[in-house]
Amino acid sequence: MSAATSDVILKINNVSKLFGPVSALKNMHLTVRAGRVHTLLGENGAGKSTLMKILAGVYHATAGDVEFCGAPYKPENPQDAAARGLTIVFQELSLCNNMTVAENILATREPSVYGFINDQALERRAAEIVRDLGLPIDVTEKVGNLSMAQRQLVEIAKGLSIDAPRLVILDEPTSSLTEAETDILFSIIDRLKAKGVAIIYISHRMEEIMRLSDDITVIRDGEYIATRQREDVTIDELIAMMVGRQMNEIYPPRLSPAPPESDAPILSVEGFSRDGEFENVSFDVRKGEILGFFGLIGSGRSEMMNALFGMKAATGIVRIDSEPATIASPVDAIGRRIAFVTENRKEEGLVLAHSVEWNISMAALGRFAAALGFMRRRDERTAAVDEVGRLTIKTASVDTPVGSLSGGNQQKTVLAKWLLTQPRILILDEPTRGVDVGAKFEIYKIIRQLAAEGTAILLVSSELPEVLGMSDRLVVMHEGRLSATLPGGATPETVMAHATGITS
Amino acid sequence: MSDEKHATAQKPYAKLLRQYGGILVSLIVLCIIFSVMNPRFMTVANLMNVLQQIAVIAIAAFGMTWVILLGEIDLSIGSIIAVAGMAAAQAFLAGFGFMPTLILTLLAGAAMGGANGVLTAKLGLPSFIVTVATMGIFRGLVSLPTNGAPAMIEDPTWIAIGAESFVGLPIIIWIVVVLFVFNHVLLSKTTFGRRAYLTGGNREAAIYSGIKVDRVKITIFMISGIMAAISGILLSSRLYSAQTNAGTSYELDAIAAAVLGGTSLAGGVGTMIGTIIGALIIGIMNNGMNMLSVPYFYQLIVKGLVILLAVWLDVRSKRAKQ
Ligand SMILES: Nc1ncnc2c1ncn2[C@@H]1O[C@H](COP(=O)(O)OP(=O)(O)OP(=O)(O)O)[C@@H](O)[C@H]1O
Ligand SMILES: [Mg+2]
Repeated sequence: MSAATSDVILKINNVSKLFGPVSALKNMHLTVRAGRVHTLLGENGAGKSTLMKILAGVYHATAGDVEFCGAPYKPENPQDAAARGLTIVFQELSLCNNMTVAENILATREPSVYGFINDQALERRAAEIVRDLGLPIDVTEKVGNLSMAQRQLVEIAKGLSIDAPRLVILDEPTSSLTEAETDILFSIIDRLKAKGVAIIYISHRMEEIMRLSDDITVIRDGEYIATRQREDVTIDELIAMMVGRQMNEIYPPRLSPAPPESDAPILSVEGFSRDGEFENVSFDVRKGEILGFFGLIGSGRSEMMNALFGMKAATGIVRIDSEPATIASPVDAIGRRIAFVTENRKEEGLVLAHSVEWNISMAALGRFAAALGFMRRRDERTAAVDEVGRLTIKTASVDTPVGSLSGGNQQKTVLAKWLLTQPRILILDEPTRGVDVGAKFEIYKIIRQLAAEGTAILLVSSELPEVLGMSDRLVVMHEGRLSATLPGGATPETVMAHATGITS
Repeated sequence: MSDEKHATAQKPYAKLLRQYGGILVSLIVLCIIFSVMNPRFMTVANLMNVLQQIAVIAIAAFGMTWVILLGEIDLSIGSIIAVAGMAAAQAFLAGFGFMPTLILTLLAGAAMGGANGVLTAKLGLPSFIVTVATMGIFRGLVSLPTNGAPAMIEDPTWIAIGAESFVGLPIIIWIVVVLFVFNHVLLSKTTFGRRAYLTGGNREAAIYSGIKVDRVKITIFMISGIMAAISGILLSSRLYSAQTNAGTSYELDAIAAAVLGGTSLAGGVGTMIGTIIGALIIGIMNNGMNMLSVPYFYQLIVKGLVILLAVWLDVRSKRAKQ
């Protein structure tokens, strides 16, 4: 057994990749062994996903070679890779929203007779896969009706459904998951490991990496930095290798004291309800306050924020500056200086084919309108360049299509877009999803800064440390209902107890 | 603006070449082929003629570019062209003067386009279905006043549009130039144009960003209707009459011009510059093959093949960039 587990299954030698003039990978190398979890760690845009896409046959290396299971390996496309036993769960979800979970999981491999799909067999097969993996999803549901976390589980099921995997790549599989689903995923990984399957794992969540990894390779700016065994390294050392400097703290300190309880709320919500999604939720938030929202899958946090932003109808009373406010559409919401960094950047946040500049100015076009509706292009460009600098978005220029940015940098672009609207109330739904530790710190600093300037912030996150580290107060939701409003200093145990509904 | 231009003195040209290089080459190759095969092709008189011939298609294609940019389609413009001509003829018969008739015709175009837009946006129906239906309805409407017979137009000002020149250029060409500039500026320089690009690129993200996507959609179908009505005015002016079958299948040429010019059927991408080059390619193919007396059915086949080739080259060059 021990001889088998040390078997080299994948060897990457001197792989380079150019996208036009942009060099995404330079002489990368990597050795992955069977039965081990090998984590790739690097900042946003370091080249992790690019390397994985080369292994999956989505991109082709500009130079270098790969050996897989002892033979040269150069897959033409993902099907080709799957046939060799290499499967990948992509960072960006690649599901068809108007098809069912079952159809998505078995896409291109539907059980069929003479080209006619056997729907019952399809559903049965998908249900089997989902059950074997222990995932809580209904395979007959349309993907479009699922939450981001559930969609991510479907993506995982799709990736893991090939016959005899030898190497499984998971590119930020947990970025939308809460702890409960993360645990399910980890037990799946343990089972794969026991079968001798090798895993390449990518994540920006350090605790997760320390819990799961056997080997850790750090890459920076497309170059190999080092490989360490988990036992021989600490989180701080890894971060230092990754960002090239020491980082002492994860959450920046407050810049000003939390607003006193006597302050009038800027936003107050009373008896907010929507059938089947959330019920009788009430809370308020003051100027300069950071109000955290925590809950598990199905707790209704994102749905409620969508309703607050006018994307969905809901009943209840919303007051802004103590005046009743009707917000029937995002136009109303933006008019009242509310901004909403949505959870699903690809569908709700960005126009992938358009430039970084156009995406950043998108929600604040009115600011750049001159007489007769002409655009003040120069002001627009200046604003976009400023935001790119402020959020350290890694892009060749502001004219680059946002779709070619790395996942974390796309996320920062969404943030930039909403910061440009200079909101009084800022709703953040998983604002650091897929963002590296260094950049997370920068984003937290900006959130602190905004709060100090008087912006009220509603921070939704499935990362408990994040909500605890950042919030002045914390709203915990469970199955669509508010289960507790806690002070910022609450312990993780108390929060989890309210989130799971197990309070006695 | 000025210093920015100064700093990047050659950049705009380089960018234009990169973006339109492919179709510009196609355009030049076509011109060379036709001038080798027929020496009369490359004469000023003939090129003027080509420009006049493409006017009707080019203007309709400007409207189509907006619609396709939004990820929608408007198949009814051929019928709107005919309705516009017939509306004008009937207005003159009823004793209206030039200006009132002109305004009425444009309003008719706006109303028909607006109907397409409202049905698409407010009822949430696919524009393909809506405009297939209105294509039939509008085509039927044309024949109502005359029972299918053509109607003469004798107003001298109306006829002058298609026949006279102004400072050395046919009025028709002036109209194309003015409308090109108008659409180009509206699309590339205004917030409305930007909203169209964003809505076409990702409708959901546009809604979240506070863009009134329904309003954008209805306005754009109205623009398409108005452009088609102007095409109808030019056509009826050149024919001295309103024909009930005028403009039949022009929507296909307009779509071809827009797509040749790089407008993406998926939405979010396209320019008026591309479209005018696309319209020139189609016009030159029509004219060149007519001059060579190529039978009509061969012309159809050649045109179809050229469109396939151009679109394929375009897709391939975009993939190569990955
Ligand atoms: N299709 C593409 N075209 C052009 N550049 C690209 C493309 N895909 C990636 N890049 C560039 O390659 C670099 C590496 O990107 P990659 O997605 O591999 O980063 P990553 O390490 O996965 O980052 P993240 O943690 O944010 O997901 C980035 O600078 C990115 O902009
Ligand atoms: Mg990535």
